[in-house]
Amino acid sequence: MALLISVFEQGFIYAVMALGIYITYKILDFPDLTVDGSFPMGAAIAAVMITNGVPALVTLPVAFLGGGAAGLLTGLIHVKLRVRDLLSGIIMMTALYTVNLRIMGKANIPLYSSETIFDNDLVNGIFKGPLDDAKTTIILLVIVLVVKLVLDWYLKTKSGFILRAVGSNDKIVTTLGVDKGRIKILGLVIANGLCTLAGCLYAQEQRYADVSMGTGTMVIGLASVIIGTTLFRKVSFINVTASVILGSVIYKACVAAAVHFLHNADDMKLITSVLFTIILVISMDKKRKVASDA
Amino acid sequence: MLELKHIDKTYNPGTVNELCFFRDFNLTIDDGSFVSVVGSNGSGKTSMLNIICGSIDIDGGQLVMNGEDISRQKEFIRHRKIGRVYQNPAFGTCPDMTIMENMSLADNKGKSYNLTRGANKARREEYREMLVPLGLGLEDKLDIKVGSLSGGQRQALALLMSTMTPIDFLILDEHTAALDPKTAEIIMELTGRIVAEKKLTTVMVTHNLRYALEYGDRLLMMHEGHVILDKAGEEKKKLKLEEVLHKFDEISIEAGN
Repeated sequence: MALLISVFEQGFIYAVMALGIYITYKILDFPDLTVDGSFPMGAAIAAVMITNGVPALVTLPVAFLGGGAAGLLTGLIHVKLRVRDLLSGIIMMTALYTVNLRIMGKANIPLYSSETIFDNDLVNGIFKGPLDDAKTTIILLVIVLVVKLVLDWYLKTKSGFILRAVGSNDKIVTTLGVDKGRIKILGLVIANGLCTLAGCLYAQEQRYADVSMGTGTMVIGLASVIIGTTLFRKVSFINVTASVILGSVIYKACVAAAVHFLHNADDMKLITSVLFTIILVISMDKKRKVASDA
Repeated sequence: MLELKHIDKTYNPGTVNELCFFRDFNLTIDDGSFVSVVGSNGSGKTSMLNIICGSIDIDGGQLVMNGEDISRQKEFIRHRKIGRVYQNPAFGTCPDMTIMENMSLADNKGKSYNLTRGANKARREEYREMLVPLGLGLEDKLDIKVGSLSGGQRQALALLMSTMTPIDFLILDEHTAALDPKTAEIIMELTGRIVAEKKLTTVMVTHNLRYALEYGDRLLMMHEGHVILDKAGEEKKKLKLEEVLHKFDEISIEAGN
């Protein structure tokens, strides 16, 4: 039971980040490595604000804005300085390591006795008795659903349309008289904002922030996006944002199962890579079959 | 009116591949005219369109649109007054979006892409009516993704989308070249109809000499960055396919094609 709860908790947290990666990777076709730095940035912001007595709820919008700023810089490096997409992300990821260290002042901050959005008087008053174990999961479910609904709404607005158009065919964006560079930057801002929000949630769930907790964020996000969009492509009542969330939970379940059987959490990153490779190969295989059918 | 004044353009300057494309190139396109441009490969037809649209920068000279110097204006800003259809049908539409979404996107050109609803539901019936005259059955496929349409259907949609909002110039870049003869014919007829209806100033590059003669009120033949034949009005009407073909043979032999 505890394992299941932890799978859902982590799955929902990483789903928020995966929705951001969905924007950059699937919609904009931009392999954005900034996320490896913006995820721990969220954790750093949460830890520092909470230990300084700021209400936990305030950390969420602040984290989103912090990540947005990181995404903005990646976008500006790519669009204005004409640095290749992958390299722009790597530059920002590297820079953010220092930024995160400076935000925290040290390599890690524990949050053991502090109030978080999952553990405060109000929440503890609502969730009593048997519900107490599930409170984090329930709160995370609500947050991830709100993020999903807002993103669904956004992608149906005019601004969302033009964002999708940039990824689908950027020539048409130019012919519509719109600066495609600006739209790309906008996408990166939203994506990294979500990623930092996820880091902020993660620090509060795990009750610590560590400067190196972002390593592999991109891989986890991509794996979730690919699992979700590949598995549920044909299921009409599950839309793409819902598939990404489910993909994230399934991915976390796979990792949890692997760690459980191998009895060693140190193998986590290796398992992540192996799983990701398997997922990539399987999903590419499908693509090839589709192509040969056509 | 669009004026190209003393345009200079050299590709790869300072290298062994240096290629002087335009030297003192001049062209004036009057309002309301429909100019067909033909020429051999590498004659500078598409480069000329790219220069007009701002897809490539010029080294010297001036580009004047309706009295305003737009030589240094960014590509996306120029396109606010220009509609363009490419040779590749995939360039004019978004394959991952539905016909309805694509048309709403095009319908909003010149306005803000803000946080209001993207799909223009109020105009749905009008969109459907716009698609009926194409005769391609697209009016029943409004909610189908454009990526699943054929090249001809996509190109028809691209043409429609590029002319949905008021524009000063329509640029057609070999827009029938990638289509089968029958579909090319349909798209060409549609082009003629739209240009006449909306009285658009149009520049059409084509490899099809018959289309160049049949459509438009001015014909240009280009060769190595120069206009070597320029017939307008009555002169163009009298022009015979044989004459154009003969002229075309001359330059082709010269170029060793």
